[in-house]
Amino acid sequence: MTLPIPDVAQPSRRALLQTGGGFALAFFLGVGSARATISARPQPGDAELAAREGATFAPNALIRIDREGPVRLVMPNVEMGQGVYTTEAMLLAEELDVGLDQVIVQHAPPIDALYGTPLLKSQTTGGSTTVRANWMILREAGAVARAMLISAAAEQWGVPAAECVTKAGVVKHAASGRSATYNELAEAAARQQTPEKVGLKDPKDFKLVGKPMRRIDSPSKVDGSAIFGIDIRVPDMQVAYVITCPTAGGTLKSVKEDEARKQPGVKDVIRLPHGVAVTAPNYWAAKKAAEALEIEWDHGPNVDFSTEGLFKALDEASRTGKALVARSDGPLDRKGKTIEAVYQHPILAHAPMEPLNAVVHVRPDACEIWVGSQVPTRAVGAAAKLTGLPEDKIILHNQYLGGGFGRRLEVDSVELAVNIAKQVPYPVKMIWSREHDIRHDIPRTAYLDRVSAVVDDEGYPVVWKDRTCGASVPKRWAPQMLRKDGFDADLTECSDELSYDIPAFHVEWVPHDMPEAIPIGWWRGVGPTHNIFKVEGFVDELAHAAGKDPVEFRRKMLTKNPRPLSVLNKAAEAIGWGEKLPPRVGRGVAFASPFGSHVCAIAEVEVSPRGVIRIRRGVAAIDCGPVMNPNTVEAQIQGGLIFGWTMALFNEITFEKGAVKQSNFHDYRMMRLNETPPIEVHIVKNEGPIGGMGEVGTAIAAPALANAVFAATGVRLRRLPLDPRLLADPKAGAA
Amino acid sequence: MLTLNVNGEDRSVEVPEDMPLLWVLRDVIGLTGTKFGCGIAQCGACTVHVDGQAVRSCVLPVGELGDAKITTVEAIGATPEGKKIQDAWLAVEVVQCGYCQTGQVMSAAALLRHNPQPTDEDIDAAMSGNICRCGTYVRIRQAIHQAATGKPVAEQTIAYNLQKGPAQ
Amino acid sequence: MRNLVRIAVAIVVLAAIGIAGLAGYRWLHNDRDVMAADAPASPELVRRGEYLAHAADCVACHQVPGGKPYAGGTPFKLPFGVIYSTNITPDKETGIGTWSDDDFVRALHHGVRKDGRHLYPAFPYTSYTRMSRDDAVAIKAYLFSLEPVHAPAKKNELSFPFNQRWAMAFWNMAFLDARRFRDDPDRKPEQNRGDYVANALGHCGECHTPRNLAFALDDGKEFAGADIQGWRAYNITSDKTFGVGAWTDQQLSDYFAKGHAEGRAAASGPMAEAVEYSTRHLNEGDRNALISYLRIVKAQPGPAGTEIAPDPESLKKSTAWAPPADAAKGDLGRKIFEGACASCHQYDGKGQQTPYAGLAGLRSVNDPDGVNLTMALLQGSDLKDINSGAWMPSFAAYSDVELAAVANYVIGHFSGKQGQVTPEKVAERRKQQ
Repeated sequence: MTLPIPDVAQPSRRALLQTGGGFALAFFLGVGSARATISARPQPGDAELAAREGATFAPNALIRIDREGPVRLVMPNVEMGQGVYTTEAMLLAEELDVGLDQVIVQHAPPIDALYGTPLLKSQTTGGSTTVRANWMILREAGAVARAMLISAAAEQWGVPAAECVTKAGVVKHAASGRSATYNELAEAAARQQTPEKVGLKDPKDFKLVGKPMRRIDSPSKVDGSAIFGIDIRVPDMQVAYVITCPTAGGTLKSVKEDEARKQPGVKDVIRLPHGVAVTAPNYWAAKKAAEALEIEWDHGPNVDFSTEGLFKALDEASRTGKALVARSDGPLDRKGKTIEAVYQHPILAHAPMEPLNAVVHVRPDACEIWVGSQVPTRAVGAAAKLTGLPEDKIILHNQYLGGGFGRRLEVDSVELAVNIAKQVPYPVKMIWSREHDIRHDIPRTAYLDRVSAVVDDEGYPVVWKDRTCGASVPKRWAPQMLRKDGFDADLTECSDELSYDIPAFHVEWVPHDMPEAIPIGWWRGVGPTHNIFKVEGFVDELAHAAGKDPVEFRRKMLTKNPRPLSVLNKAAEAIGWGEKLPPRVGRGVAFASPFGSHVCAIAEVEVSPRGVIRIRRGVAAIDCGPVMNPNTVEAQIQGGLIFGWTMALFNEITFEKGAVKQSNFHDYRMMRLNETPPIEVHIVKNEGPIGGMGEVGTAIAAPALANAVFAATGVRLRRLPLDPRLLADPKAGAA
Repeated sequence: MLTLNVNGEDRSVEVPEDMPLLWVLRDVIGLTGTKFGCGIAQCGACTVHVDGQAVRSCVLPVGELGDAKITTVEAIGATPEGKKIQDAWLAVEVVQCGYCQTGQVMSAAALLRHNPQPTDEDIDAAMSGNICRCGTYVRIRQAIHQAATGKPVAEQTIAYNLQKGPAQ
Repeated sequence: MRNLVRIAVAIVVLAAIGIAGLAGYRWLHNDRDVMAADAPASPELVRRGEYLAHAADCVACHQVPGGKPYAGGTPFKLPFGVIYSTNITPDKETGIGTWSDDDFVRALHHGVRKDGRHLYPAFPYTSYTRMSRDDAVAIKAYLFSLEPVHAPAKKNELSFPFNQRWAMAFWNMAFLDARRFRDDPDRKPEQNRGDYVANALGHCGECHTPRNLAFALDDGKEFAGADIQGWRAYNITSDKTFGVGAWTDQQLSDYFAKGHAEGRAAASGPMAEAVEYSTRHLNEGDRNALISYLRIVKAQPGPAGTEIAPDPESLKKSTAWAPPADAAKGDLGRKIFEGACASCHQYDGKGQQTPYAGLAGLRSVNDPDGVNLTMALLQGSDLKDINSGAWMPSFAAYSDVELAAVANYVIGHFSGKQGQVTPEKVAERRKQQ
C-alpha cells in the first residue's frame, strides 16, 4: 500500500490537487533525476549505510534494531518546529509495535535516494509535504520490520508466523508461551526475506497515531541539551564573524586589517568576494576584530535599487507586461457590474530565531559540515562544487533547526562557510549576526496583484480575473519546476483553484524579476500566503459590495463543496459569528484550501481611535484529513497564525540604495506574548485525503486580520503590512 | 583572569571584561543551552539568572558580574520553580523549533520564583521580552499558569519515558 | 552639538545680513593676533595638542560616521542649504597642510580661512576666539602630526544670499567678541580654569545657552538650557532644582568621564558624542576645574513641572520584574515597554545588565514633554566605546502613536507625572533627525 505517485514526466496540476497535493513544487523537482524517495524496503546503498552505522537489523533506511538498546529511527525529514520527528517516529513505531519510550531518533545522512521526500523527489523538508508524502511509507516501513521480526521468531520457534503477535517490542507466541524481544531477534530478522506485501493496522487499533503524544525533542529543548547547528563544538574550531557588502551585489574593494589584527585572540582575516571574515576562538573576539577592519566596498550595480522603485516597476509591469496564463476557462465575456482592486505584498525576511550558521572543516581529502538544513543534499552538492571534492567526500551532519520557514531551503550560508573554511586548516564555525541574517536574507519577494470580478444581480462573482506580478523563486531554485513557457505554478497556487463556485476564471502572471544580486526565496506558506491574502480580501470586498454577511456570502459559494463548508461553519459557530460587537471591534473571516488542507480562520480585532490594531481573539477550524498528532495540529495553527499576523502587522524589508534598511528585532518586529490573543483551534475530522500542516496557519492569517480591521473601521487595507496611520478614526480627536 | 560562579561552580575564564556573559557561557565554558538570538536584548533567547534575576546575557559584560551567582538552563531543573516550569512546558507541549525555549523557561522560572501565582498581566510584564518566532505564546501562558497552580489548563500530552541516545 | 549649530547658523546668518550696522563697535574693540613664526612641533607640543583637540571636541564635527578622523564631511543641514565641515588633516591639497600657525590661529580666533574668506559660524570660532594662541598652536601641531587624508571638501549647497561669505564680516562685527580668555582675579584658579575648559575649549554654551532674539548666545542666561534640533540641552547651571546644583561632585565627574551619573543622567544624543569625543578625555584636574566652574555658574530657573519627582509611588511599588499590581492594564505604552524596553530598563528604575539603563531620577523621564526621551527612542543611544553595555537601538520603526504611548508610559511610571507626548510631537521630532 503506497501513495499513488502520478507520472513524473507529465505533471498535471489538477491531478495533483485531486490527490491532495496542492504544493506546486511537488513532482517537479525530481525530473531528470532518479526516483529519489524513501522506501519501506531496502534500496541500493542501504546495506552499506546500515553496516557503517553498526546496525544489526536494518530492514530499510529508516529503522535500525540492535542486539541491545532502543530502536533507532532515522528521520528522513528535518525537525524545525513542525513536530515532524515525533510524527514520523509515531508512524514507524505504530506499525513496528514499539512504544515511543523504546526508540531514539537520529538525523538522516544526506542521501536523496534513501531519504528523499516523494512529493519533492529530493531530501527536502518544505512545502508542508512531509506527512502527506511519507505517512503511508513510514507505516509500511514499520510493518515490514515487524513482519521480519515475526518471521524470525516463527522460524526459531518452529511455529506459524500468523500465530505470533507483537507488543511493545516483543514477539509472543501464546500457544507455546514463548517470547523474544526485538533486540534478541535482530540478528535473525536480518536474515529474513523482505516481504512483498504487509498488512497495516486498522486505524481503530492505533496506539500512537492520532493521539497527543509528547514530542520526542521537547525534553532536550527545555533543559538546554538539544544541539542545534549553532551549538556544535569540534576540537580546534575557530568562530568566524562575517561582514559582507551592505549593498546587494557589491564586492570587496580593499581592506586594512592592522587594527583588527591587534584585537585579542584574532586568528585570521579572510577575504571573500563579497566581504571579509575574521576568525577567533570565540564569537565576541571575532566580532570585535571584524568591527575594527577598515573596509572599502565596490557597491556594484544595485546602488539605485529601492523598494519604492520596485513597487513602481511592478505597477507598470502589471499594466503593460506580457502575461503567462495559469488558467482561462468558462464564459469570461459575461457583462455586469465589475469590481476591481489592487493588492500589494512586501518583501519579507525569514528571521528564524537561530541565526544562520554552519561549522565546516575542509581537509585535503574531505569536507565535513555540521548544519541544520532543510536541503542537506543540496548543501553537499554546493560544497562539492566549491571544494572540488567528489560528493561522497562531503560529510554532512544535519542538526536540529532553530526555525526554518524556508530560509534553510537555501545553501548560501553553507557556501559562505565553505569559502571561509577552504582558506584555513582548522574547522570554522561561521555565525551570522542577527543584522547580517536580516540584511542578507534570501527574502520573500514583493508582489502586486490586480484582481477583478464581474458580479451577478445578487453580487456573486460570475467572472473572476486575477493578474499577479512579481518574480519567480523556482526560476533560480529549481528551473525544472517551470512550465515550458516559463510559467511558475507556485505564483498562482491558491489563486487558480478556489473552492468557491465561480463559472469563469482567468488567472495569469506577469513576470518581473528582481536584480540578479537579490535572489529571492521560499517563505513559509509560499504561493498561498501571498495569494490567499488577495483572494480572501477580495471575496470580502465582494460580500461588502453585495451588502451580504461575509460568512453567508462564502457559504453560498461553497454549497457544492461540503468539506470546505463544514470548516467554515465550524469556525463561525465557534466564535459566535453574528454577535453584536462594540464600536471599532470587528471580526474577519478567511477561508482557503492550501497544501491539501481546508482551513478557516476568524480574527477579532479592536482598532484604537489612533489606528492601533489589537487582536482580541482568534478561532480556526482545520480539516487536514487523518490527524497524526492533534497536539501538533493545534500548535501549527496557533503558531502559523502568529507568524502570519506578525507579517501582516509589522513586517516589511525595504531596500534603499540597494541595501536593506532593517537589521534586528527593534526594526523588524515580531509579535510578542502580550500582543497574542487566545487562539482556539477546532479540528474537523475527516477521512482524507491527508493535507499539510506546517504552513496552513500562516497562509490564512493575514486576510482574516485585514478583513477584521475592515469590519472594525470600514477601511479596506490592500497592502501589507497593514498601515495603522490609515485607520485613525476621523471622528475622534487625539487619543 | 575572572572567576565566575556558574551553576554553583567557580569557573576561571581568561576573557576581556567587556565580553558578554553569553559568549563566555557558550564559547568558553561550553554551556550551549543559552542561545544567541539578537545580541541587543530584544529577543530573550540568551536569558540566564544572575542572583535569581532573569537577565539578558548577550548584553551583560562579564566584568560587571563580580561574585554574583549565575544559573543557566542546564541547572534550572534543580530549582523547584525551574522543575515546575519544565514539567508544565512538556505537559502542554510548548516547544516547536525550541531555539528560544531555554530563554523562555529561564524567564518563566524567574517569574515563578518572584511571584508564585502570576496573573495574565504579570505574565505579560515578565515574558513579553522573549520572542518566539514559531509563535508558541498561547501555550507559554498556559504552561505558566499550569506550573503555578499545578492544575491542567489545556490538553496534556501523553508522556512516556524518553530514551536517551545519540542525537545522530 | 552638530545639531545645535544647524539651527543656530541658519538663524544667525539671517540676522547677520540685516544688522551690519551694529558692527562698528566690535570692530574697534576686537584684538588682533600678533604675527609670529611657526612653533617647532615637539612631541610634548603634539601631545598637549591632542589633549586640547579632545577638550575642544574638534572631531565631533570634522568626521563623518565611518569616515576618517578630522577628514571632515559632516553635513550641516540648514533651511537654506547644506554646508559641510572641512578636512583639517595636513593634506596639502585638500586639508590644511599649507597653513601656517598664523593661518590656523586666525581661523580659530576670527573665523577667517587662509585664503582670507570667511568661515560660517557652524565652526564655533565665537568660542574658540577665547583660546590662547599657545593652545591653538598646540592643536595645530597635533593635527599636523596626523597622516594626511586626501578628502576634497564637499561643495556647500547654499542659496543666495547665504552663499555670500563676505556677509559674515558684518555678522562678526556684530557678534564676534574676539578677545582671549583672561583669568578673573576674584575667582579661584580652578574656577578660572574651568571657565576656560567650558567656554574656550569645550564650547558648552553653543548648546546649553539659550539664544537671544538676534540668535546670538544670551550671555545673561549662560547654561540655562536650550532646545537644539529636537534635543534639549539641559540646564547645567548651579540651580539645585533645575540645574546640576544638587549633583554631587562624584556624579558630575562620572558623567564627564563615563557619560553616566547614577540616579541622575545617562548621556545620549549629541551629549553622548560630546562625552565620547571630549569630556571623557579630560584629565582629573580639568574635570574638577569644570565642576568647580559649574558650581559658580549663576543659577537659572527651569520650566515648572520639569523638577525631578523625589520618590514616585509607582517606582516604590515596583519590583525589578513587575510594575505595581494596581497599575493601569492594557495600556499601549505599557505593552510596548513590556516587550521592547523592560529587558534592559526593568520596572524599578535601576536598570538591568548595565547601570546606564537605570531610568529613575533622570531628567528625560521627568520632563512631561518627553523631549529627550522621544529623541532617544527615535535615534537610540551609543556609548559603546566607553562601556560595551551602554547603548540602545533606535525604535524609529515604531509608529508615532506607539512611541508617544511608550514615552507617556515611561514618564508616568518613572516619575509619576502625566506625560504630554503626542503622536504629532513625535512626528515633528522625527523630521528633525
